[in-house]
Parts: sequence; structure tokens; C-alpha cells
Amino acid sequence: MHLSDLALVLPLASARAPATLLAGATAPDLAAALFGGALIGLASMLLLLFSGRVAGISGVVGGLLPPRLGDLDWRVGFVAGLLVGGLALRLALPSTLDLSTLPDSTPLLLLGGALVGVGTRMGNGCTSGHGVCGVGRMSRRSVVATVTFMAFAAGTVFLSRHVIGG
Amino acid sequence: MRGLRQTHVSFLSGVLFALGLGIAGMTRPAKVLAFLDITGDWDPSLALVMVGAIAVYGVAFRQITSRLQRPLLLPRFELPTRTDIDARLVVGSILFGVGWGLLGLCPGPALTAAVTGDAGLLIFVAGMLAGMIGFNLALEALQERRRAP
Repeated sequence: MHLSDLALVLPLASARAPATLLAGATAPDLAAALFGGALIGLASMLLLLFSGRVAGISGVVGGLLPPRLGDLDWRVGFVAGLLVGGLALRLALPSTLDLSTLPDSTPLLLLGGALVGVGTRMGNGCTSGHGVCGVGRMSRRSVVATVTFMAFAAGTVFLSRHVIGG
Repeated sequence: MRGLRQTHVSFLSGVLFALGLGIAGMTRPAKVLAFLDITGDWDPSLALVMVGAIAVYGVAFRQITSRLQRPLLLPRFELPTRTDIDARLVVGSILFGVGWGLLGLCPGPALTAAVTGDAGLLIFVAGMLAGMIGFNLALEALQERRRAP
């Protein structure tokens, strides 16, 4: 963790999320989230600075399905980077890839995946393209999309945990 | 050469992105669901992922687009310009939100975690890629039909 990152981000963090709101999380978790977020911002900045593009995962991947010549290299490069980054996590920080809580139900996993796949293509973005890049440049569409998917994700968790399941 | 350098930058961006997701806790579906569970035992820490990412990117975006006429490797910025809110944007975001809330996985973390070879995760990724390609092809077919007389 670089102190310079914290110095940049902490004032903003405290302004947007008062300390009382964050009481449910431990300090190391909060620091890791902030630092990880800063890395995501940095990664997105690189793509903007060099290629002028939005680092939206669903957009990058969706543009490969089906693949089109002339627009292929940078997309493949980004996905390869994600996978190599995942491999590095697996080797150095294996606890960060904890999938043990995923349900066993194949239909549920397929349904969730399909909703995410169709929804992000239909809505032109996901947590990265809308949530980070779009909100970061204060795009009206991205703010609406982000508020919408956050609300419906929280609503889905509420229904599945506190109404149907639990 | 330019294409090659572009690929290198994309690759580096992808690696940093994946590390950021993992360190932040986004590749642990249980943590993501705990963040979304605001009426339960809420874990607010993931809110700081967005705060950190948007703080860095927001500042960088303003600096880069105000100082540079074009990105370093390409003739122009390829940024979305639309500002209208249409049904497609809202309905798509609703579907995505429901899928995210069902399992706690969004596209970046799902791909990053694919290297674990976890069977459940790979089924999710298969569903996600099928959904993307299905939507893309359906949209193309629809646009094709609209273009025809």
C-alpha cells in the first residue's frame, strides 16, 4: 500500500462515507477495498491515456463475441491480462479467490450468468464501465445505470435472504 | 507496432484491474453479497472500492481529456457520447442487477476467478458469455431486419 494513494483518496472517502456508516467493516478490509479500488482506477486510467478507451469489462469482452478483425488485439490483450492477474492472485493471495460459497445448482448459476451477460450487453456496461469509468466522468447514462443495478442487486439479495430464503 | 503497443497496454491494464479486484475483495462472492445485504449484517467495505476507483479515475479523466487532444497511441478518444436515458439502458441494468444479486459475481471478477477452475464459477461464466453472444446476435438480426425493406 502506497501512502500517496491513501493521501489522495482518504479525504474523498471520509466525505462520501461517514465513519459511522463504515462501522460494520474492519480497518484492514476498508484499506484493502480502497487500495484495490485505486488500482482499478489506475488500470482504467492506463487504457484511457494510451488508447482512449473505456475499461468496461462487459464491453471489452462483449466486443469479442463474435470477434471482429481490426478490433481484436487490445481486447484479447485486456482479457489475457485479467486472466494473468487472476493467476497471480491465485499464487500470491489465494484467499482473495474464495468461491466456496457459490451454490451447487447448475440452473441457478446459468441463470445468474445469463442475466449478467444479457443485462450488461443490453445496458451497455457493468460495474466497471458504468460504475467506475462512467460515474468517474459523470455520465448521466452511467449514473442512472449504476443506481439501477445497485438497487436491483440489493433488492435481489433482500428477497433471496430475508423474504424467500433465510 | 502501434497495435502491438496497444495490446501491451491493454494487457497491463487487465493485470492491474484483476489485482485490484482481488485485493479489494470483489472476487469473493460472499463478501459482495454481504455488501449488497444492506438490511442484514451489512459489510460496507466494498463501497470504498468505488470511492477509490472513481477518485483516481475521475481526476485522471479530467486531467487527460483536458490536456491531451488524443490518446498516446491512437488518433482519437473513443468515449461514449450519448446522454439519453432509454428503456434498453434501464432494463439491461435491472437484469444485470438481479444476476449480480443472485450470485455476487459481475463480469470482471468472474473472468479473473476463472483461473481457479472452480466448476460452479465456470458454469456461471459459460452462462454469461452465452448471454452476451446471444444478445449481440439477436440485436444484429433485429437491426438487419429493420434495415431490410
